Amino acid sequence: MSASTRLHSDSGLSRRSFLRVSATAAGGLIVSLYLDFPLLAQAPQTRTYPPDAFVHIQRDEKIVIQVNRLEFGQGVQTALPMLLADEMDADWEQIVAELAPAADVYKDPVYGIQMVGGSGSIAHSFQQYRELGAKIRAMLLAAAAQQWKVPAAQCRTEASVVYGPGGRSAKYADLADTAARLPVPEQVPLKNASDFERIGKGTRRLDSRPKCDGSLKFGLDLDLPGMKVALAAHPPIFGASPKSVDDKAARSVLGVMDVFEIPTISQGTAVAVVADKFWTAKQARDRLAIDWDFSRVEPADTAQLWAKYKDLAGTPGNVAVTRGDLGVLDGIPTANRIDAEYEFPYLAHSPMEPLNTTVHFDGDHAEVWAGSQFQTVDQIAIADTLGLKPEQVSFHTEMAGGGFGRRATPDSHVQREAAAIAKRCKGIPVKLIWTREDDVQGGYYRPMHAHRIEIGIGADGMPLAWRHVIVGQSIVAGTAFASFLIKNGVDETAVEGVSDTPYEIPNFSVSAHHPTVNVPVLWWRSVGHSHTAFVMETLIDDLATRATTDPFVYRRKLLKSDAKRLRGVIDLVDEQSVTWRNHLAEGHAFGVACHESFGTSVGCVADVSIENKRPKIHRVTVALDCGTAVNPLTVESQFQAGVSFGVSQLMAKGAITFKNGHAQQNNFDGYTPPYIVDAPVAVDVHIVPRTGEPSGCGEPPVPVISPAVVNALFRLTGKRYRGLPLLSL
Amino acid sequence: MGHSGTTLRSSAVLILIASSSALSLAQNTSPKAASTTREAALAAWQQVYSVLTSPRCINCHTATNYPQQGDDRHPHLFNVVRGPEGKGVAGLNCATCHQSANADSTGVPGAHNWHLAPLSRKWQDTNDNILSSPDVCRSLTDPSKNGILDGPGILRHHEEEPLVLWAFHPGRRRDGTERSLPPLTHEQFVAATRLWIEAGMPCPQNF
Amino acid sequence: MQAFRLMVNGQARVVTVDPGTPLLWVLREDLKMTGTKYGCGISACGACTVHLAGVAARSCVVPVSLIGDRPIVTIEGIGQDRVGRAIQDAWVAEDVVQCGYCQSGQIMSAVALLKSRRTPTDADIEQSMGGNICRCGTYVRIRKAIKAASQQLA
Repeated sequence: MSASTRLHSDSGLSRRSFLRVSATAAGGLIVSLYLDFPLLAQAPQTRTYPPDAFVHIQRDEKIVIQVNRLEFGQGVQTALPMLLADEMDADWEQIVAELAPAADVYKDPVYGIQMVGGSGSIAHSFQQYRELGAKIRAMLLAAAAQQWKVPAAQCRTEASVVYGPGGRSAKYADLADTAARLPVPEQVPLKNASDFERIGKGTRRLDSRPKCDGSLKFGLDLDLPGMKVALAAHPPIFGASPKSVDDKAARSVLGVMDVFEIPTISQGTAVAVVADKFWTAKQARDRLAIDWDFSRVEPADTAQLWAKYKDLAGTPGNVAVTRGDLGVLDGIPTANRIDAEYEFPYLAHSPMEPLNTTVHFDGDHAEVWAGSQFQTVDQIAIADTLGLKPEQVSFHTEMAGGGFGRRATPDSHVQREAAAIAKRCKGIPVKLIWTREDDVQGGYYRPMHAHRIEIGIGADGMPLAWRHVIVGQSIVAGTAFASFLIKNGVDETAVEGVSDTPYEIPNFSVSAHHPTVNVPVLWWRSVGHSHTAFVMETLIDDLATRATTDPFVYRRKLLKSDAKRLRGVIDLVDEQSVTWRNHLAEGHAFGVACHESFGTSVGCVADVSIENKRPKIHRVTVALDCGTAVNPLTVESQFQAGVSFGVSQLMAKGAITFKNGHAQQNNFDGYTPPYIVDAPVAVDVHIVPRTGEPSGCGEPPVPVISPAVVNALFRLTGKRYRGLPLLSL
Repeated sequence: MGHSGTTLRSSAVLILIASSSALSLAQNTSPKAASTTREAALAAWQQVYSVLTSPRCINCHTATNYPQQGDDRHPHLFNVVRGPEGKGVAGLNCATCHQSANADSTGVPGAHNWHLAPLSRKWQDTNDNILSSPDVCRSLTDPSKNGILDGPGILRHHEEEPLVLWAFHPGRRRDGTERSLPPLTHEQFVAATRLWIEAGMPCPQNF
Repeated sequence: MQAFRLMVNGQARVVTVDPGTPLLWVLREDLKMTGTKYGCGISACGACTVHLAGVAARSCVVPVSLIGDRPIVTIEGIGQDRVGRAIQDAWVAEDVVQCGYCQSGQIMSAVALLKSRRTPTDADIEQSMGGNICRCGTYVRIRKAIKAASQQLA
């Protein structure tokens, strides 16, 4: 989602920040950083003050760092500790990282809620974690200086040791208790980038080994004494409820504890089965005979929706941006116009670890375990469901097997389901699991979109006028994010990447329609950019072809002169790919795309051939500018893997389609993510060397690969592909 | 897959074939009797052909480097490949999913030694189109082919091969429904095979 | 319900379960061995891959009743094997994992490959790993790590 910095400038919100230091009973220094920064001035935040904080220096010299984000593959569990450890001059070998539970102190400093999204983890906590590290270092140094009765200026730190004059030294672990009793400095200088020991150096992930030997526990792996497993039978059409439920056969399965209806926030009424084990619950759920009442819900149908969307796309919508005079279009002959319609289907995120949440409710307290991207929001929702206050809900953040946005739901629907079930089973911990079928059919998709674009080309081959209509459900309407992401009836997340295009287009209009459809939608990794970048970069390629201009040259000509970072990555990707582009094998072609999203500029070139009627991606060269690359090894991984994820949009079975109100796909056989044969064979990544503020790497890789591949395919087949997924070549 | 020495039964079949050939030779004066036998044999062949080309059989008698699945005979999902011995490849063998019996609780069919028929026994072309009756018949009886079964071998294959037996008890799909069966019962299939073989394995003409 | 004696990572274990229970859930819930993962339940993704008598098997579709006396090796035990250890070390050295949820299965498939082909080609890798899904998309590093492990074992 788009970063909103509006919160900073709101007057009347005071930002209080203070460090609270305490020595624990068992010894050790705990440093807490509290930020009081409500999301909305009108909605007072309920605060919780957890006993743990950000850093705990243990007697055994391990330094345990709390990570204020979900780790779901993006590497934040390593990168944020890198920031802290570097400023702290801690020995990296001593670092242990944990995922922090839900608490006020762990809220995102910009968004004011604890979350992962908008590719903002590093960007928003860069300063925060560095400051924490620097302050702790200062206190440890002061403790040593005090002990040795020497000026602090005569001491220095290195690898978890303070060194003083006369060859003195003391380990951090031995100084921690003393340091804890010292005042916390208000301000400390941060390192110059040239003094970084770890920041900017490729660092292997801290969670690698346990993920390779089966020992790391994900949310789905949780086991508690007396725990039960729950599955929910969701209505086949969103919002429906059962007329009648015959659960006799279900209850007869050995190990079933209970079967009952639960209200859901978007899915109508579901029927929950609680059993001793997953397989029992599944056998029982399969035996439920439910007669659903569909009379009050609208059944979505893809064919009908396309017809409606195409109609809407032919009419002006709510204006996102307009400049110049679109009347210019009327004067341009057909030969110099591009009239294009684009279609994008619903997409499921389908993280590898199916959704799951465990809740233990005992009447006046609840304990929750979930791999959540939205801890604050979820905690409030669970409390609401259970009739508790948020501070009565202890929320543990579990390691998650992927997310891509799916685990950040404004309505916390899975958590509410789990809480409702736990409420019925008071006293017994219950793990709610969504099967893969539940996941593929359960909604919260990247919305389907239709685009209609009319371009009038000037005499110089550049677009003179550009009218762009986008049709698609609003992701944030009806959520807490609506108030700052919907402007003039336009959901910014639907038009980002088009409305803010860095291409110089003098007469430009972007408008949007947001129809209401009975299908819940959600942000899918890169959100609006997932479709807008495809449209922009394939149209630019079309324009470049018509102007018989090289795709790099054309972009350099068309980009605004101040689009410095984008120009930089175009140059870098050009330079890094020119050799292989000039030595393409027979039957291969290259395609170019560039796009800026979430503050990061990306240039991408793909080497593509056609094998078995599918695109075969042999090589991708990527150049990116993300400011400071905190962990270049992770950044490289994000781009190598991120473009492979982006190939999802090209897969022949990469679409969720609706008939009779429900998705026609229900597992990976019908909705198929890329396998190794579908993904690029080789991806070389080039990072523009930079210091200064970092921008995100989670989502920026995704938008560029589909247009790059499709631009290459044009050179092989002569066809422009204006619909995803690619069904036939 | 029968490669054992001739049994008493096979010898009997051979004698029968020999004698019926002798009969037709000696009975040039009785063409009606000979053509009735040939008609019956060709009809029996058509019955055999209908089973061979039904999904439960033909899905593993492909001409490509992949098996097929389902009544619509789509290419097997999950990028499963033939492998050098028709048993898939390391990491993705047939046996990676297919066990020695049907797994009705999970919807995966199974039988002993689940694998693809060799390419010499393909009954479709490389575009997954089923070959014609004359073509399949000829591919079964072409003496120039390596590794094909002789008459008794075919009969034994149809009678005893676990994968063939499986086709007539193919188990349940994931959704709980029974997989569709070949157009004949196993007994009918074996009887038609026997009749056709005893009649000298005649093949229909192309049109 | 029926009792089954299973050999898991060299240890004899006895479970009493519904015979149709897939091995995946017996491992995860009856034996509390959660290293083997549930990704799809229809053998499409490979996250549930174990070895049965040395052959890669997708435990989500293998009912416990069809295992017989075949020894089972899971991700928790594969590190005892020289090839298994080499693959795990290569995975760490090449920083393969992102979310990591698919990697138990990827590793078990890769071990099966390397045990059968000590120096696999790109085509070998694509075929043998062709049925394992990594939603994060770490395929580029998976290829690299398999080759690195292969060299390390040479």
